[in-house]
Amino acid sequence: MAHEKNHDYHILNPSLWPLIGAASGFVMLFGAVMWMHAVTPFVFFAGLAGVLYTMFGWWSETIAENQAGDHTPVVLIGLRYGFILFIMSEVMFFSAWFWSFFKHALYPMDPGGMSPAVDGVWPPAGIETFDPWHLPLINTLILLCSGCAATWAHHALVHEDNRKDVANGLIIAVLLGMVFTVFQAYEYSHAAFGFSGNIYGANFYMATGFHGFHVIVGTIFLFICYLRVRAGHFTADSHIGFEAAAWYWHFVDVVWLFLFAAVYVWGG
Amino acid sequence: MADAAIHGHEHEDERSFFVRWFMSTNHKDIGILYLITAAIAGFISVAFTIYMRMELMEPGVQYMCLEGARMLPSAAECTPNGHLWNVLITGHGILMMFFVVIPALFGGFGNYFMPLQIGAPDMAFPRMNNLSYWLYVAGTSLAVLSVVSPGGNGQLGSGVGWVLYPPLSTTEQGWSMDLAIFAVHVSGASSILGAINMITTFLNMRAPGMTLHKVPLFSWSIFVTSWLILLALPVLAGAITMLLTDRNFGTTFFDPAGGGDPILYQHILWFFGHPEVYIVILPGFGIISHVIATFSRKPIFGYLPMVYALVAIGVLGFVVWAHHMYTVGMSLTQQSYFMLATMVIAVPTGVKIFSWIATMWGGSIEFKTPMLFAVGFVFMFTVGGVTGIVLSQAGIDRAYHDTYYVVAHFHYVMAIAAAFAIFAGCYFYFPKMTGRMYNETLGKIHFWMFFIGTNITFFPQHFLGRQGMPRRYIDYPEAFATYNWWSSIGAFISFASFLLFFYLMIYAARAGVRDARPNPWNPYADTLEWTLPSPPPEHTFEILPKQEDWDKGPAH
Repeated sequence: MAHEKNHDYHILNPSLWPLIGAASGFVMLFGAVMWMHAVTPFVFFAGLAGVLYTMFGWWSETIAENQAGDHTPVVLIGLRYGFILFIMSEVMFFSAWFWSFFKHALYPMDPGGMSPAVDGVWPPAGIETFDPWHLPLINTLILLCSGCAATWAHHALVHEDNRKDVANGLIIAVLLGMVFTVFQAYEYSHAAFGFSGNIYGANFYMATGFHGFHVIVGTIFLFICYLRVRAGHFTADSHIGFEAAAWYWHFVDVVWLFLFAAVYVWGG
Repeated sequence: MADAAIHGHEHEDERSFFVRWFMSTNHKDIGILYLITAAIAGFISVAFTIYMRMELMEPGVQYMCLEGARMLPSAAECTPNGHLWNVLITGHGILMMFFVVIPALFGGFGNYFMPLQIGAPDMAFPRMNNLSYWLYVAGTSLAVLSVVSPGGNGQLGSGVGWVLYPPLSTTEQGWSMDLAIFAVHVSGASSILGAINMITTFLNMRAPGMTLHKVPLFSWSIFVTSWLILLALPVLAGAITMLLTDRNFGTTFFDPAGGGDPILYQHILWFFGHPEVYIVILPGFGIISHVIATFSRKPIFGYLPMVYALVAIGVLGFVVWAHHMYTVGMSLTQQSYFMLATMVIAVPTGVKIFSWIATMWGGSIEFKTPMLFAVGFVFMFTVGGVTGIVLSQAGIDRAYHDTYYVVAHFHYVMAIAAAFAIFAGCYFYFPKMTGRMYNETLGKIHFWMFFIGTNITFFPQHFLGRQGMPRRYIDYPEAFATYNWWSSIGAFISFASFLLFFYLMIYAARAGVRDARPNPWNPYADTLEWTLPSPPPEHTFEILPKQEDWDKGPAH
């Protein structure tokens, strides 16, 4: 019986990352409970540091494997499947927040009424919402422009092999993403409604907040791709990390369009 | 890449214990880890129920006292401790749903045998596979910690039921509920990563020539289950995040005083919860199909309808959730829809049951232990399925809602049926995983004790439910005493059989008769895992299998 690999799949060496990552996750969440019950925030941050360290170490290793040629065409197909499936699970996560938003917007409860009477109004009485055609519209355009820049970079890589354009496109996408985050923080700080005590704030902040978190993650993802382009990674045929970042960024875009249309325009 | 390929000298395993079990990137080792951890969590969870059945054996409260929980009857004064009771039902539910059955069937057998059945050298993402496992361990640890952390009523643990309905879950004091929420988050992340891995492996790594309509049924069942996990669990993550912020940060998703709606939680929870019960049972369908075909010495009857029944059950599982909440005040139109949709599920499940029976029909049946459990599965699942049709009717559910009839129904159809599938899988695959044979006589004794025990436990609960005994209570009036006594006796028999199972598995793994034949059963165990030595070497299918190794004809 032959003992050599006669196939193109990627068989990995043993790794300590999963154990470190899961243990750090445990510490982080236990620490979060301690923090929420006003014991100490330090356990949480210790766990978080472990999680971030795992992400850095693990994905550095993945990139090194990619550069070493372990990602054969069939492995690349698998990575694409995996990333699309991950995005699908993210879509379902957001659907929970949209579910809560649409339920409350379509059938608002009246806090002063006879529960479970559905005789409230939306937005709830006393809530002053944002004008969607000011900062939210600008933010929409910023995010769409950022998506265009990412696509430009993708195009430059695949069709023109112009690495300067790839880097430029990516850094523009990253900067626009950062501007979006800053604007969003500015908007939060000027909101006329709070996070707690009212259903509008709960829906608004949790939905846009989780989106904002995804924007930050996507921005970092694109920035890593920028660094990798500068380091000479990616070819026109093989650039799975870039592809995943671009897909993720477009997913974040689309979620924002739904948030803008539903929460800001229709539900405001 | 080159390093990894050199491993695999068949007779020596140069990996150290730590490297093999703590740093694994090997689907077979991770599968075994899953099975062992699930067995430990299962033992804790079953121990909870035995204590509960002790308490319910006779009217009045004898064991769960505020003065201190007792293991032995005592004449001392006893003030009922309802919180302890609630903690035990909550712990039993959460452990069984998230930390026992899915890890055993999906994580354990799925990991070990799905890649083997499709001729894949490993999973698509072997390192992430191990992250799934360790996150599962982290989640189990959080869940167990939750039971012993400060909770509601100034006592330990949270007593809100596994569904974590607000306002109980949002108002309960202490750490316990928060730990339980994070436990479910982590186990959800683990399952989602596992699902991504399984789907990718299934789609991308099948042996040359193995088209979708030739994939063995167990692999199909894992594939469909993965989709349910992928699409349902993130929704649950959203719902319990809302619970978390309602508890700790003052949001009012489920608090009417701030414009929120507690019924919304039930909707989102059950949008996950109903697919969840299929996540629990579908991999069992797959195992049972192989066991029945093997020991009837016939190919499975109606392979393609079996595949599409799995798919149909998976799809329908997403559109019937509100039949868990007929009594919350939905409109008649909504109730009619959910009732109709629920009844439709009987069609694909009927296809499966009749196909299993048709497989046995005219077969040369051999009642080895796995086959006994498979037939037991078909019986239990059918009984539970029939009561499911009863409960699907919104009108009748008015009377049965939250009674022991429901408890009997879902234990038959999901819990005990899944346990039968796990046991069938354990016996069927034990020789493959260990290269040793278990003791057939003890296995049969285990089956009969378990079959009789579980039926004595749960059958009388139908009658209790019809008489109106509500679920989730620590005590009951004298009128329900007889059936409860029998139910407890059944639970003790089942528990004894559980101990016997542990004994016989551990004994067989250490000192069972060696049997390294690739296939200890018969030629109708014709999927690819039965072409490998027992136990399989560290790396399998380093040369991808050829079509004639597995393609035995049009059936599969």
